[in-house]
Amino acid sequence: MYKILSRTNLTDIIIKMEVEAKRVSDRCLPGQFVIVRCSEDGERIPLTICDYDREKGTIVLVFQIVGASTKVMAELKEGDSFTDIVGPLGMPSELCEMDIEELKKLNLVFIAGGVGTAPVYPQVKWLKEKGIKADVIIGARNKDLVILEDDFKNVAENVYVTTDDGSYGRNGNVCVCLQSLIDEGKTYDKCIAIGPLIMMKFAVQLTKKLGIPTIVSMNPIMVDGTGMCGACRVHVGDEIKFACIDGPEFDGWLVDFDEAMRRQTMYKTEEGRKMLELEEGATHHGGCGNC
Amino acid sequence: MEVDVMKKVPVREQEPLVRAKNFDEVCYGYTLEEAQAEASRCLNCKNAQCMKGCPVSIDIPGFIQQIKEGNIEEAYNIISKSSALPAVCGRVCPQETQCEGKCIRGIKGEAVSIGKLERFVADYAMEHGLKPRKENEPNGIKVAVIGSGPSGLTCAGDLAKKGYDVTIFEALHQAGGVLVYGIPEFRLPKERVVAKEIENVKALGVKIETNVVVGRSVTIDELLEKEGFRAVFIGSGAGLPKFMNIPGETLNGVFSANEYLTRSNLMKSFREESPTPIMKSKKVAVVGGGNVAMDAARTALRLGAEVHIVYRRGEEELPARVEEVHHAKEEGIIFDLLTNPVEIIGDDKGWVKAIRCVKMELGEPDESGRRSPQAIEGSEFDIDVDTVIMSLGTSPNPLISMTTKGLEINKKKCIIAEENTGKTTRDGVYAGGDAVTGAATVILAMGAGKDAAKAIDEFIKG
Ligand SMILES: Cc1cc2nc3c(=O)[nH]c(=O)nc-3n(C[C@H](O)[C@H](O)[C@H](O)COP(=O)(O)OP(=O)(O)OC[C@H]3O[C@@H](n4cnc5c(N)ncnc54)[C@H](O)[C@@H]3O)c2cc1C
Ligand SMILES: Cc1cc2nc3c(=O)[nH]c(=O)nc-3n(C[C@H](O)[C@H](O)[C@H](O)COP(=O)(O)OP(=O)(O)OC[C@H]3O[C@@H](n4cnc5c(N)ncnc54)[C@H](O)[C@@H]3O)c2cc1C
Ligand code: SF4
Ligand code: FES
Repeated sequence: MYKILSRTNLTDIIIKMEVEAKRVSDRCLPGQFVIVRCSEDGERIPLTICDYDREKGTIVLVFQIVGASTKVMAELKEGDSFTDIVGPLGMPSELCEMDIEELKKLNLVFIAGGVGTAPVYPQVKWLKEKGIKADVIIGARNKDLVILEDDFKNVAENVYVTTDDGSYGRNGNVCVCLQSLIDEGKTYDKCIAIGPLIMMKFAVQLTKKLGIPTIVSMNPIMVDGTGMCGACRVHVGDEIKFACIDGPEFDGWLVDFDEAMRRQTMYKTEEGRKMLELEEGATHHGGCGNC
Repeated sequence: MEVDVMKKVPVREQEPLVRAKNFDEVCYGYTLEEAQAEASRCLNCKNAQCMKGCPVSIDIPGFIQQIKEGNIEEAYNIISKSSALPAVCGRVCPQETQCEGKCIRGIKGEAVSIGKLERFVADYAMEHGLKPRKENEPNGIKVAVIGSGPSGLTCAGDLAKKGYDVTIFEALHQAGGVLVYGIPEFRLPKERVVAKEIENVKALGVKIETNVVVGRSVTIDELLEKEGFRAVFIGSGAGLPKFMNIPGETLNGVFSANEYLTRSNLMKSFREESPTPIMKSKKVAVVGGGNVAMDAARTALRLGAEVHIVYRRGEEELPARVEEVHHAKEEGIIFDLLTNPVEIIGDDKGWVKAIRCVKMELGEPDESGRRSPQAIEGSEFDIDVDTVIMSLGTSPNPLISMTTKGLEINKKKCIIAEENTGKTTRDGVYAGGDAVTGAATVILAMGAGKDAAKAIDEFIKG
């Protein structure tokens, strides 16, 4: 079960895996996620479903190494298996629930940042299969961190790559790119932004100004992913929502990003320590200076 | 061994101040000698009142007589006819309001220690590899059970004994429901007790498929129509935590008891080496007064914090079991009673720094007979804490009812099911345990699983 059929490094720290997960691939839709564990006592790690093949019974996961658990996950090779994969979790993207004819009338733009580029892919692919066009802005810090550009070219109407340092594509972050597209005469009726919280925060500030309703995908800390713990609480307007059952996609105009960013750092010190232990092994005693 | 017939044979426990620093089991249980001595107190009543208090009608005097005579294996066979999880029940059932509450010995002295005797027999059976017996040959008829808590395990075990081909679908990566994610190690050891009892259910032929969230990974309709199951039992529990809706509840350092306990129990974060983190708190307020609040408080204490229980009514109204409150006090938990939080206050970085409370007084009893607390005006004060754990109860998760055609729920989101059969509004679908009653007890959930197994058998045999 949960065998890894293929594994590719998209960048030094972003890894793509195709994994067997029949029950997930049978029913999942774009926007949903899974929770995986890669060892017997491993942490439960939420990851968005980045593609799926119902016939083969597989899903594609794309993840970035950010801490101890994703580091352990990165050590899995082709032929290895995940200990657990559960899903699909969360609600499918709002787009999947909308009327196809209505959707065809809309000018859609996706803003994809960093590893968040991967979860955008199944949405654009799904739209393409339904004959719906969409533009995609891919943002990355530099040329080496741009991922999935070719895949997007097959499914999106226009792909705009932009890098913070200008080393590839357009110059500047995703907000600069969206603004210049608008300045160049593009009009959009709906935006879907997926990426780091800080990117989504600024993207939403801009789309508010531009009057483009925006969906964002939240990635709070989670434990069970089934509504049982409330770790994933997010303020959306006046309401507190559980991202794992009500989301993970929400109306970006209403999300409290500052709170979400603060909550994501809840275990930072403890996680940092775990990462250190892992890197330095048993020799790490907290740096007393004598060891 | 000398026995005072009016008093229970005392059971050995870990010293309070020692156990407050570890996660080992608090109670050691009886030795054979102690168990036989305690068993000798039973009057073997003809019209045994204790059995009337037992939701699964264990033949209590029957198994106690076997202990008295030293036939522990026979005692186990008697218990396992009625209960699939005796080692669990012996540890966590509220015997004082059930079997022991009705025991004749209890009129003049102390009731027979039925729970501790049950635990003794179950532990003996585990040590000696005794297993429950199958009653019928396999009949190949498939039944699905959703959830692997006490209700699901019981229903599955009973159906398997009758010969059915049973699969349990469990959302989490490990089976056991609240027994693994909620109740802490120091009250209910996971590997030594819970895992073993689940092995016994599996030994009857029950399959357990983990990582299946029914409603998302598969629906009940699909189980019935595509996967060939003839009936479904829903034992999905009441896992959705409530919050107070007071300001500050999304500050860093505010958790539901479910999150805190799940991190510690299911994810084992009480162990240093676990990759799942848990907050290292200095001073904790646990809001609520039930068993779950006691478990969260005693867990936080063992992780090194000073812990306050903040509860809006008085000591007598605490809904937790007397034994749990007693243990909590012995270990040094501080009870701030008649106290109600109104706001959680954060520092400039958004971390909890205090909980603002008001003093309460008890008014007249309401319809439920409980005296309702009222805030005393102008009595606001702050308790400095870095962590707040909300333990205000839970309700059933609406996921299954939302995704199953014809399955009705009531105002409290509980699945509507017939009292003695668990039959729901959807044909072939049965339900029981916390999913039907709201948060209740292990043994009531087991009773419901048992009743439903019987009803499912009758339904299938037509
Ligand atoms: C619904 C959902 C979908 C997700 N999809 C993907 C995905 O497709 N690809 C992917 O690479 N990641 C995804 N994530 C994030 C991923 O789960 C985290 O990166 C992972 O749990 C970090 O684990 P760790 O132990 O390696 O890092 P940690 O040591 O836990 O964290 C390292 C750093 O990352 C931060 N962090 C902690 N949790 C998260 C989080 N949930 N999101 C972002 N940063 C976090 C911490 O503050 C810390 O600074 C998703 C998260 C959610 C909730
Ligand atoms: C901390 C705590 C302490 C307690 N202490 C005691 C005590 O001392 N004594 C006592 O008698 N009772 C106690 N209780 C109550 C008791 O544990 C519950 O009443 C009992 O476990 C209910 O059993 P159940 O089978 O109905 O549900 P649960 O034990 O809740 O099991 C339900 C299972 O279903 C799974 N599930 C849910 N939804 C789905 C889905 N859609 N698909 C698949 N699986 C799903 C869940 O993951 C879970 O494993 C305590 C409860 C808690 C939380
Ligand atoms: S009521 Fe008490 S004394 Fe009588 S049979 Fe039951 S346990 Fe024994
Ligand atoms: S992750 Fe536990 S409720 Fe959402």
